Amino acid sequence: MIGSGEDSGFKKSNTINRRMFIFAAAKAVVFFGIVGRLFSLQINENKKYLTLSDKNRLREARLPPVRGEFEDYFGNRIAKNLTVYQLHVVPEQVEDFKTLIVRLKDILNLSNSHLKELIKKKNKQKPWETLIVSENLTWDEFSKINFYLHELSGARPVLTVGRNYPYSETFTHVLGYVSEASVEDLVSNETIKERNVPGLRVGKTGLEKALEKELIGTNGVQRFEVNAYGKRINQIEFKEGEKGKTIRLTIDTEIQKYTQELLNKRAGSISIMDIYTGEIIAMNSSPSFDPNLFLYGIEKNKWNEIKKDPLKPLLNKTVSGLYSPGSTIKPLVALSALENDVITPNLKVNCRGHKHPLELYGMKYHCWKKQGHGYMSLQNAIKQSCDTYFYEAARLLGVDRLNETAKKFGLGNVVLGEYFNEKKGVVPSTKWKKEAIGQNWYLGETLINGIGQGYIQTTPLQLCLMTAQLANGGHKIYPKIIYENNQENIETIKQKMKFAEQNQLEDLNFLSATEKLFKKNQKTYDALYRNKENVKFVLDAMFRSTNETYGTSFSSRIEDPKYQFAGKTGTAQVKRITEAERELDLKTDQIPYKERDHAWYIAFGPYKNPRYAVSILVEHGGSGSSTAAPIAKKLFKFVIDRHELREKTKKKKLASTDI
Amino acid sequence: MFVQSSLSDKSTFFQKLRSLDYIMLLTILIIGIISSFAMYSTDGGELRYHSESHIIRFVVFFTMMIFISFINIKTWHTLGYLFYIIVLGLLIWASLFGITAQGSQRWINLYFINLQPSELMKIAIIVCFAKYYHRIQITHVNRIRNIIAPILILIIPISLVISQPDLGTSILIALSGIIVLWLAGVNIKYFFYSSLVFIISAPFVISFLKPYQKLRILTFFDPDKDPLGAGYQIIQSKIAVGSGGLTGKGFLKGTQGYLEFLPEKHTDFIFTLFSEEFGFIGSLLLLTLYAILIFRILKIGTLSRSFFGKFFCFGFGSAIFVYITVNMAMVLGLLPIVGSPLPIMSYGGSSMLATMIGLGIVMSTKIYSRQLIS
Repeated sequence: MIGSGEDSGFKKSNTINRRMFIFAAAKAVVFFGIVGRLFSLQINENKKYLTLSDKNRLREARLPPVRGEFEDYFGNRIAKNLTVYQLHVVPEQVEDFKTLIVRLKDILNLSNSHLKELIKKKNKQKPWETLIVSENLTWDEFSKINFYLHELSGARPVLTVGRNYPYSETFTHVLGYVSEASVEDLVSNETIKERNVPGLRVGKTGLEKALEKELIGTNGVQRFEVNAYGKRINQIEFKEGEKGKTIRLTIDTEIQKYTQELLNKRAGSISIMDIYTGEIIAMNSSPSFDPNLFLYGIEKNKWNEIKKDPLKPLLNKTVSGLYSPGSTIKPLVALSALENDVITPNLKVNCRGHKHPLELYGMKYHCWKKQGHGYMSLQNAIKQSCDTYFYEAARLLGVDRLNETAKKFGLGNVVLGEYFNEKKGVVPSTKWKKEAIGQNWYLGETLINGIGQGYIQTTPLQLCLMTAQLANGGHKIYPKIIYENNQENIETIKQKMKFAEQNQLEDLNFLSATEKLFKKNQKTYDALYRNKENVKFVLDAMFRSTNETYGTSFSSRIEDPKYQFAGKTGTAQVKRITEAERELDLKTDQIPYKERDHAWYIAFGPYKNPRYAVSILVEHGGSGSSTAAPIAKKLFKFVIDRHELREKTKKKKLASTDI
Repeated sequence: MFVQSSLSDKSTFFQKLRSLDYIMLLTILIIGIISSFAMYSTDGGELRYHSESHIIRFVVFFTMMIFISFINIKTWHTLGYLFYIIVLGLLIWASLFGITAQGSQRWINLYFINLQPSELMKIAIIVCFAKYYHRIQITHVNRIRNIIAPILILIIPISLVISQPDLGTSILIALSGIIVLWLAGVNIKYFFYSSLVFIISAPFVISFLKPYQKLRILTFFDPDKDPLGAGYQIIQSKIAVGSGGLTGKGFLKGTQGYLEFLPEKHTDFIFTLFSEEFGFIGSLLLLTLYAILIFRILKIGTLSRSFFGKFFCFGFGSAIFVYITVNMAMVLGLLPIVGSPLPIMSYGGSSMLATMIGLGIVMSTKIYSRQLIS
């Protein structure tokens, strides 16, 4: 029994040991399997999983770029940056959107309509896109949000950059305005697309839009470690973005403000240009509007009010408004006729008034003066703005030769180029009419073209450039609105300034001196004339128009030589005057607003040492001499009084660039 | 027989103390210390709830294990069935009045500890089978009567645990039992046939599983199918281990862990956390420690004079091995995610208690290795 027991025990023990051995062998295999798996994960695929782990834990936040600012000529900020407190929500990261919104409503006192709009907006966009709950929180609201943040999962208080225009509507048509980037902005501008963050403001019009690439700046980057629930644990890295370029303009804020005052909410435009450097000292289109309204999206009724205003505040009249130049074209017609040797200053034409108008192929061409001017010389015709004379001069000159001169002096082309939505206008020619309208040119059209009516269309800034290029002795200049230190040879500018101080227009040396100066750099300063005496003749006639009796702007003259200026009025018809109306001879305020004449005035000054050219337009303002010229009188005083300061600043800048 | 038994009776306390397996004790201590550090890391580098109670449990149960070591192996043999019946009773108690957490009713509130009887069953089943096969002669093992009885002993607790539901633990209980059946010499053809039946019936069994269990199994085959849902655990665990590299990210620097990408990092995924922080080298060290532990247990089994001791040591050593490999294979994406703690390392009182009881019995087998049991 014991023996068999021992035997059985031995056998049992054998079985156990054998089976244990088999099992142990299997164990070893499995063990090495585990080690192999560890090896493959941790050694072979380490890089892959390290990347995945970093992707898990790191989140990048792009910060809004800091926009460059705008300065005027003297370095005053005219478009500034503001710190703006906003509240963002990413619906995807919110557990219960409704609860969150209701809680936010309590904290921020949001209105029901605002909530409705939010929900509408939320439904329109993708769940991972940021929803901006509040665009502009006060500091109090912002701190309140931060205080309750722990119970507002998904809400993100954000510091962003906003725009402020301290001079409100003064610079609207120059700078434009900014507003939230739209889909179109993202599509049309790569830079915006690249740097976009929720709530980014981009330029919509004006220089803000044109200079977007330089202004926008680069994004700052924050790298965060987040936990599995997307909660930020700590900041790993912070890379500050580069602020956009601050851009200095050639504009003088005080003058710009003054032009606003002078136009006094009437529809119109004023531009002032340095006749040597082409710097635009002021450029205003009226009426204007407050660009600050657009920062957080303008209210609908306000927008409608602006849009439907009959005075068209949205239109930048200075560069995009097209008008018949009226009599302001006469100096140019005179110059063209003289230059082409079609007439001499001695040509006399008899203006016999409305009873005996000029007749051509059965059409009657009236002078504006009912009684007529009598026998007119060229000088007198410019001075008194005799239409009959210029019908004759234009007839002799022909439309194509006038076209050539007008284009040379800057009409029919954009002035500043890429910055604004500029209109080219129309300087007609026989060829132009054939191509654009498909008809032959009629001689009668040449006649009315000679007094700035008919097909010819100009912008106020074009006329300003024309005046400047006449006033500087007939040399081409390149208008600019952005101050750049190195654009011109510093020596050239210095010489030019010295020259401008020393020389006087009456002195014949002036013209030869200008010629010398501009010739130094033939390419940039082409002479636009054939015979400089012709230019001088026209300038002289303009002087008489303002400063001698019978001149059309005689009543607006300034006798003090410091401010004395020379100019030419213009009164552009907006519709054909019928016989009946001519008989009635109504006063301006008796005519419906839309049918009133546009009032023009172009001028340069101070006459003895000219530096500035202006062009003034008052839409439907009546006659140029009664409405536009008086503005010039005030303007020249103001501009010339600030001349010293401007020169001083310029010298200082030049001195600093010398070093 | 008399001489031998009197020899062990006569051995003094010091002799007993000297015959403790110190290599095994040291290994357990080191694993315990490592687990404490890992738990400290899961608490985010602070001594908080999890790490604190884990350390206390380790100390208490380790001490308890030493005490158990001095209980004569004979006592365990005598109380074998009773132990099983008590644990079975607790299991039934848990099924009736237990605490439900995470959709599973598996705990009994004992005021000082929430006891999970299914964990104890992993040991009880081995003790029970060891006693059962201790007496049976090798020639009688494959008798029908001797096959049916153990299957019943095994199936009752398994079905109780499955119904909790707790798939992971029930599988581990089953495996613990099957290991002893295998060692006892049950004919290979039974294993072969039953696994055949299992494979064929698997689709039917799966159709009875709870939806979340089904999902886990499906997810195992394609974790990327639903990376934020069911596949999340496997993917995040693999990322954690993989990103650990050769030397790991450093103690308390495992980003997957402290940024809470790792699910259940205290319990089933403790190895992932450890592996992320200590890398391949650390993991290999831990595996080696476990290998030493298992090797010592099996060695004690070989030296034991009694079949009860042999069965228990071989059974328990193999079971520990199975727990470890199932857990690791699971967190490394080699097996579906089923709840299975890593012995000693994982947070959990019942698991620690069961492991320490088992180790205590092993140690007692060592001390009383010459003890014969009639």
